[in-house]
Amino acid sequence: MIEAILLTIITAATPLVIAAIGELVTERAGVLNLGVEGMMIMGAVCAFAGSYLTGVPLFGVLAGILGGALFSLLFGFLTLTLVTNQVATGLALTLLGLGLSGQLGESFVGIPGVKLSPIVFPVLSDIPFIGPLLFRQDITFYLSIALVIGVNWFLFRSRTGLKLRAIGDSHGSAHALGINVIRTRYLAVMFGGACAGLAGAQLSLVYTPQWVENMTAGRGWIALALVVFASWRPLRVLIGGYIFGAVGILQLHAQAFGVGIPSQFLSMLPYAVTIVVLIIISHNRRTTLINTPACLGKPFVPDR
Amino acid sequence: MRIELERRAGASGLFAIVSPLLALALTLIFGAIMFWMLGKNPGHALYSFFIEPLLEVWSLHELAIKAAPLILIAVGLAVCYRSNNWNIGAEGQFTIGAITGSILPILVPQWHSVLVLPLMLIMGAIGGAVFAAIPALLKTRFNTNEILVSLMLVYIAQLFLDWLVRGLWRDPKGFNFPQSISFSTEAVLPEILSSGRAHWGIVFALVAAVAIWFMMRFMLKGFEVSVLGRSERAGRFAGFSGRRMVWFSMMLSGALAGLAGISEVSGSIGHLQPSISPGYGFTAIIVAFLGRLNPLGIIASGFVLALTYLGGEAAQLSIGVSDKVTRVFQGLLLFFVLSCDTLILYRVRVIFGAGRAPAARS
Amino acid sequence: MKKLIIALAATAAALSGFVSGAQAQEKTKVCFVYVGTKTDGGWTQAHDLGRQELQKALGDKIETPYLESVPEGPDAERAIERMARSGCAMIFTTSFGFMDATVKVAQKFPKVKFEHATGFKAAENLATYNSRFYEGRYIQGQIAAKMSKKGLAGYIASFPIPEVVMGINAFELGAKSVNPNFKLKVVWANTWFDPGKEADAAKALIDQGVDILTQHTDTTAPMQVAAERGILAFGQASDMIAAGPKTQLTAIVDTWGAYYIKRTKALLDGTWKSEQVWDGLKDGILTMAPYTNMPDDVKAMAEETEAKIKSGELHPFTGPINKQDGSAWLKAGEKADDGTLLGMNFYVEGVDDKLPQ
Repeated sequence: MIEAILLTIITAATPLVIAAIGELVTERAGVLNLGVEGMMIMGAVCAFAGSYLTGVPLFGVLAGILGGALFSLLFGFLTLTLVTNQVATGLALTLLGLGLSGQLGESFVGIPGVKLSPIVFPVLSDIPFIGPLLFRQDITFYLSIALVIGVNWFLFRSRTGLKLRAIGDSHGSAHALGINVIRTRYLAVMFGGACAGLAGAQLSLVYTPQWVENMTAGRGWIALALVVFASWRPLRVLIGGYIFGAVGILQLHAQAFGVGIPSQFLSMLPYAVTIVVLIIISHNRRTTLINTPACLGKPFVPDR
Repeated sequence: MRIELERRAGASGLFAIVSPLLALALTLIFGAIMFWMLGKNPGHALYSFFIEPLLEVWSLHELAIKAAPLILIAVGLAVCYRSNNWNIGAEGQFTIGAITGSILPILVPQWHSVLVLPLMLIMGAIGGAVFAAIPALLKTRFNTNEILVSLMLVYIAQLFLDWLVRGLWRDPKGFNFPQSISFSTEAVLPEILSSGRAHWGIVFALVAAVAIWFMMRFMLKGFEVSVLGRSERAGRFAGFSGRRMVWFSMMLSGALAGLAGISEVSGSIGHLQPSISPGYGFTAIIVAFLGRLNPLGIIASGFVLALTYLGGEAAQLSIGVSDKVTRVFQGLLLFFVLSCDTLILYRVRVIFGAGRAPAARS
Repeated sequence: MKKLIIALAATAAALSGFVSGAQAQEKTKVCFVYVGTKTDGGWTQAHDLGRQELQKALGDKIETPYLESVPEGPDAERAIERMARSGCAMIFTTSFGFMDATVKVAQKFPKVKFEHATGFKAAENLATYNSRFYEGRYIQGQIAAKMSKKGLAGYIASFPIPEVVMGINAFELGAKSVNPNFKLKVVWANTWFDPGKEADAAKALIDQGVDILTQHTDTTAPMQVAAERGILAFGQASDMIAAGPKTQLTAIVDTWGAYYIKRTKALLDGTWKSEQVWDGLKDGILTMAPYTNMPDDVKAMAEETEAKIKSGELHPFTGPINKQDGSAWLKAGEKADDGTLLGMNFYVEGVDDKLPQ
């Protein structure tokens, strides 16, 4: 039973982790994109369409990534080239994404999807308990872990990552040093979009293999909150995503088990626990400040 | 081809006026193309969107009803954002304000007095302020980020309301359906004119907007908000406290959101129920920025956004487009308005080919 | 600047196109207000299918405009008023949360007929209609008790309102009529519509040992989970067989079309009267999806029960029935009255959950 519960938690946490890690890179580059929900739902509809029309779920994953990335480009063009306000543009992107995905997906409603099949690692997957949890999962799970580790390495160990963080902390100085701020930010925004798209693909191909409107149901917002929760550090995104997912699943089990607490209060738990854990981990003001991108949300126009 | 921006010496007065018009023009053109591609008569569609809701008196009342909470919440948020405090949980403060404001009419319905309504409004504002004080407290005491805390509290507030109206505050005569008893007439925010439903909520919104505009423009507190928002260090040199500003701005915006909540429940709904807001607290964030964080601008943007909702409905009915199309159209409009605002602060150059680009940098 | 002039010119051209758009019309307008989108795959979609059926049946005489995604609250009142003003002769408001808004608008427009789904407030020009979903739940319970090896089913519930509680009780009563020791576990998802959360709830119930699943939420996600885990399940609101060809036993299908046609005909004849209608299986307002994935004897039993309910021989809430705490509710042979059912907020014996109060 514990194994089954853990499997459920993994499925619930994976889209949150993926979308959050993408947004984390975007924000580390100094861009605040509140359109995660919109990009995610676009990823979900593109993924379902890709999988359904080609018959190959893996193409669906690609379509989701592509859909999210292209959609984020719209945000990039507005906020980076035309320096519009990032908060408002992100929210408008969500509005647009929810409408557009509904329109695009109208003909897919009610069609049962094909679940993305797991990639089984021989030998390893036969290890009791750990095998099914870690080595018999679909590609989105492996990608989520790879993304967390990869982004962590990229941001703190690679030269380009250093530049990206420099842009987020002080775009003026980065520009003066000859770093192309706008181009890097475009790439960061598109990375965020691609990740949100992948997260959407996980929803419509793995979590619940189907397309229905608004199927993200607010998960994009949770992903945004997780970036803050993680104080912009990739490994903490993983922890946060799994805490949130686990509490959400466990409260359902508590209900089925019959604890006699009103379900509304149990449903509050994931949010309350997130706040409490945040209080515990953010008491050290300095580490929080160091990790917060100083230029987050600020417009940048190079002097010419 | 490349687009380059060049900062103007100051904000362009001409473009401050031209930019919204240009945005409207672009929206009309793109909207016309979109509706034409969907096989709808573009003229008819745009007419239902922008003109039809403005032609009838009742519809103008509805416009005021829809705009009131947006404006009320957004002016509070503007103070927050200007002082660099990121309250995005106005939806939760709205909900809690609606709950605390409803304590009197639900728990002591037998008390009929002219005092009921003012007390309700005050209690609603206090409820919103106290709820917004939670992220303020956690931010000043534990350094927690207010974006996360205020957002998470939205869900908690909504579930709490849900629990209340399904349990404790359920109308005993309502067949166990999830709503409270209906408010008595003393507890209902009256209509302003007899010609329609618009209630005093819109007056509160306009008064709050003007008051906050006055504060930001002429009072020391307004100066404090902007200085601390630009740089906390500079604020400290001027003797301002960033900590106190967190409390002030969060609680002010919470109070206004709470007031919006109880006004909405008392003026438009008449009882508590599980869903009392179609996301006003989040839409107000767009309104705040669309109004350039200026309370007077927010009045305008609040009405524009309200118009797109009403127009969307009118278009659904008269030409039969789906609500999805109206949401896409709304998104388009917002994008054009935001992009055209760029023209106020920047000159835009479109450069073809390599042109006279600055020396190549990697 | 040149761009601007072009833009303005185009605008003027676009607006002038409107003049030709307005035209007179003579068909009667029968209008619908939806709380969700018409392709939500659940509640609203069922109503929209009903509207389409109506359009097909009487399309030469009527038009059926609708508004989607109308939030419950002040927006609802505006949306309904807009319809009344736009010349609708009859307006169906298809969500419980529209009740007070419908009442208010109905007062303002005495000549327009209003029909509110699942509510309890009526007026001269305001009728209410509802469907006896519980009849289908009872049949499901009987099937569950036959098919479950463990005698334990899982119920994914949305919100604790009487309709949902009634459904849970009817299911349990049906099951107990076959297996007196049958138990039912309930999980409240606190949402009508969130495929992810519904799937999570389904998994939680299955992990706690249930081998039959039924749902009172809107998406096919629980059906998919049941199919994946190899257990059996019931569909809700629409036939969900596509999501679980080897999983779905049957489904309660909302077929509002029959009612919409009946009422619209009455409107056209001039015989429309305000009524409080609570139709059931016999009126065709709900139907059972084909009985599948079960042996013939179970199928025969289900069909027999369905026939008995239709003929009025069987009422699912017939005593002796005890409440959850063991106290007596209905004496032997006594039938529950509609008022108690419509306001139901207690469980019957055998439901393994504490009702949120």
